[in-house]
Amino acid sequence: MNRLLVIVIGILLTIAFCWTGIVFSSYVQLGGLEHYEDEATGEFYPPPRAGIAQRGQKVYQELGCVYCHSQQVRRPGYGSDQDRDWGERQSVSRDYIGDRTILLGVRRIGPDLMTVGERQTSRDWYHRHLYDPRINTEGSAMPSYRFLYEERRIEGEPSGRALDLPEGHRPSDGYEIVPTSRAEALVEYLLSLRLDYDLPEVPTE
Amino acid sequence: MSDSSSNPDYTKQGAAASGAIDRSMRAPVVLFAAAGVFWLLVGTLLALITSFKLHTPGFLGNWEWLTYGRVRPAYTTVFLYGWATNAGLAVGFWIMARLSRNVLQRGTILNTAAVFWNVGVLVGVAGIFFGDLTAREWLEMPGYAAPILMFAYVLIALWVVLTFQYRNSKYTYVSQWYLLAALFWFPAIFGTAQLMAVYAPARGVLQEVVGWWFAHNLYALWLTPIGLASVYYLLPKILGKPVHSYYLTSVAFWSYLVFAGWAGMHYLAGGPVPAWIISAGVTGALLVLFPVFIIGINHHRAMAGSFGMLRTSPALRFTYFAAVAFTTVSVVAAIAAFRGVKEIVHFTYFTDGLMQWGVYAWFTMAMFGALYYLLPRVLQRAWPSPTLISLHFWTSAAGIGLYVFAMCVGGWIQGLQMNNPEAYPEFVDITRNTLPWLVMASLGGLLLFVAHVAFAIHCLWLLLRPETAENRSMLTAEPKTMKVAAK
Ligand code: HEC
Repeated sequence: MNRLLVIVIGILLTIAFCWTGIVFSSYVQLGGLEHYEDEATGEFYPPPRAGIAQRGQKVYQELGCVYCHSQQVRRPGYGSDQDRDWGERQSVSRDYIGDRTILLGVRRIGPDLMTVGERQTSRDWYHRHLYDPRINTEGSAMPSYRFLYEERRIEGEPSGRALDLPEGHRPSDGYEIVPTSRAEALVEYLLSLRLDYDLPEVPTE
Repeated sequence: MSDSSSNPDYTKQGAAASGAIDRSMRAPVVLFAAAGVFWLLVGTLLALITSFKLHTPGFLGNWEWLTYGRVRPAYTTVFLYGWATNAGLAVGFWIMARLSRNVLQRGTILNTAAVFWNVGVLVGVAGIFFGDLTAREWLEMPGYAAPILMFAYVLIALWVVLTFQYRNSKYTYVSQWYLLAALFWFPAIFGTAQLMAVYAPARGVLQEVVGWWFAHNLYALWLTPIGLASVYYLLPKILGKPVHSYYLTSVAFWSYLVFAGWAGMHYLAGGPVPAWIISAGVTGALLVLFPVFIIGINHHRAMAGSFGMLRTSPALRFTYFAAVAFTTVSVVAAIAAFRGVKEIVHFTYFTDGLMQWGVYAWFTMAMFGALYYLLPRVLQRAWPSPTLISLHFWTSAAGIGLYVFAMCVGGWIQGLQMNNPEAYPEFVDITRNTLPWLVMASLGGLLLFVAHVAFAIHCLWLLLRPETAENRSMLTAEPKTMKVAAK
């Protein structure tokens, strides 16, 4: 019986050791991280995301984009993130404190998206990309998210929100493709993915 | 002090007792194992869809619930919580009962736990398909599934405590140490992760730290200890000789528990987290090699001189395959954690290759081995078809071999190309170059599908087979039957 007790206590100690070493220590270091206030302008960084972009992040989570896309820029000299134009500076812990769910990702089946909002700035481009990735990029391995779009019969005037699609991707005459509110939120979120501000802890070169 | 080798089951008298124990464990073991095999089939199907989608993005692409980002987490969840955990529990309970030398006490607790656990998994997987996934690797089930799983787990823990209470043996064996470790580690990591990454997500990247701490430890300190308990129990039992060096075994146990929990942090290499976290991960991955080597020596020394038995005992064949995979995957994982190597393999398919090396080639094969050993004993009837066993072994060995090879080599090449923007400026080219490897991985997946269908059919056949005296006597004649099949 005594031996059993020793084993159980030993096991609990290994758990406590590891938990303190990783979970608790990280909490102490990262848990209190605050936004950085630029004294000159009074702005806070990272800038807060608009409500619609926050909803878009939820869509990003629900659709599991994280299984193919990361959201982190590594420092120069480690990997080729900056040479690939995935960001002009590395991302740091503070860049992430504004969001409820953080999805750093461990796969780059597609490009990193940490700064995609700086690379691609056109809403139309995003909608075409989500509707069928092979419109913008021939041979793209990204799945289509056509179910985020509605095919509708045009009644009266065509909708201003309808997608401008190239030949071969258009619906039949008299119909149009319109983004659902989820597609619109997702695109706003992607547009909001930017690292165009400075933080004091980021080494600038 | 002795370990499982000096188990009195080896004497005639003990054998009778273990027969009674086996029979008493029938209901819970069959419940958990059957649920496991069911999920195994579902998971294999989802894995195949996931794999096909990577090289054929349009495959089943018109429905939201079947999009890559849903099928993939559904597959890992089914595989880890459905198959691996159910199988691990079936095996773990049986070893617990055997080593405590008492017939099943309070079986209802376990049967209830089996129902709740599997309802929890079902709710979780349905939630993923409906879009409630957390998108956090290996923790994808929506928050509302966790309380059901936790409730089942409380029942399980209660039963284990009662089993220790009522045991008829003075000793605590190596396999029991590992099972106890798993028993306590699981609620610690699962609870922490649910709290800090699902219910009240911690600030910023802290949730990622917690998430990967959990995911790695689900493998390293939940599945792996159960697998090790099984190998430590079965090897001496099948080979009829003791585990080498009690002292080293206990050094390995404690050092494994101390180091293994740190090793997962390499998933964040180069990421926006403090550097010490990653260093801790690399150090953990290296130090854990120390117990891994001792465990490896333990197992491989036991095997020395008995390799001929690999042909005759299917349980041994799977178990030994698993033991070798455990040693090799730990070594490769330690190498891959190094900064320079990680720079190449990070963000590539290599990650998936390594994960399956651990979860499948090691843990799943160990569970197959254990189930081949225990199911006929629990059901008191012999496996009906040596051919199906051979088919299962060779297709699963070849399938996982092909998958791991394709993902690791393909991932390595992918990493080299990703890090060389001058030669490979266009991202689509890199993706395109992975295609042959992805197709190869899918072929591996198809082989695994065949393996699992063979195994499931065989399990069903065994279950429906009458429990006759002739059937029972074949249990002890199992090696001879296999020899016939081998030629
Ligand atoms: C199966 C993997 C996969 C999934 C899942 C996936 N993508 Fe992609 N994505 C890719 C690949 C491969 C590319 C590169 C080829 C291309 O540009 O089409 C890409 C490119 C992109 C780009 C363009 C990036 C750039 O730098 O031009 C964006 C934006 C994007 N994906 C967004 C998303 C969103 C949003 C989701 C979830 C709704 C998603 N992706 C899901 C594989 C995937």
